[in-house]
Amino acid sequence: MIECIASTVVATESANNPGWFLVHAVGVAMGTVGLVFFLGTAVGMVRFPDFYTRMHAAGKGDTLSTMLMLGGFGLVMMEDFSLGSWLLLLKILGIVLFIFITTPTSSHALMRAAFEDDEMPLGENDLEKRRRSRRGSSAK
Amino acid sequence: MKEWFAIIMGASLLVLMIPILYRIIAGPTGFDRILGVNVIGTKTAVILVIIGTLFDRVDMFVDFAIAYALLNFVGAIVVSRYFNRTVPLQEMEKPKSRPRRRART
Repeated sequence: MIECIASTVVATESANNPGWFLVHAVGVAMGTVGLVFFLGTAVGMVRFPDFYTRMHAAGKGDTLSTMLMLGGFGLVMMEDFSLGSWLLLLKILGIVLFIFITTPTSSHALMRAAFEDDEMPLGENDLEKRRRSRRGSSAK
Repeated sequence: MKEWFAIIMGASLLVLMIPILYRIIAGPTGFDRILGVNVIGTKTAVILVIIGTLFDRVDMFVDFAIAYALLNFVGAIVVSRYFNRTVPLQEMEKPKSRPRRRART
């Protein structure tokens, strides 16, 4: 069955070289893994209690998921070894490198701004208080 | 295969942006809002590449994505610097006694 899918995909997508199916499959897998990481970012942004923990989820998941998705699309775009195709892959890798440098930098700047603006992280007492108040409200 | 991959990817990115939009609207502090805007701006660069795939003009849309990522980075840096230098108004009227909520160790 896999051979059947591969043969149809190869017949419709790229000229007559079954090696491109592997490249495209790797690209699709990278995009899917990036989506999973972005799901982690979204869930963390909603459920974490504190600004710093939210920044933890957003900074890491956002960087890695963007890099994986763009790299996957760069692989899926490749169809032959012409100059335009290589240039496209190089441009997409340029975006990946740019995001790899700039997203941690902006996260660091935001975190520093929040810390100097007296935004304090939640301690254990605050978490215990919040948990107790939530339990009390749910008991009513 | 390529078109369907792009469509499914873009749709799921759009759906996953909804919780971050909730954090932007309901964020307790301003920094949460900036963080959400930063995340959505980074994902918009990805969505621009996906739109370029669907229009078969990826070489053009990749340049848009580079420009958008650059503007997003500059915006985040500028806003964080701005919040860094901002002091509330009632603390500006009485200088030298800027109260901190908790002593920094």
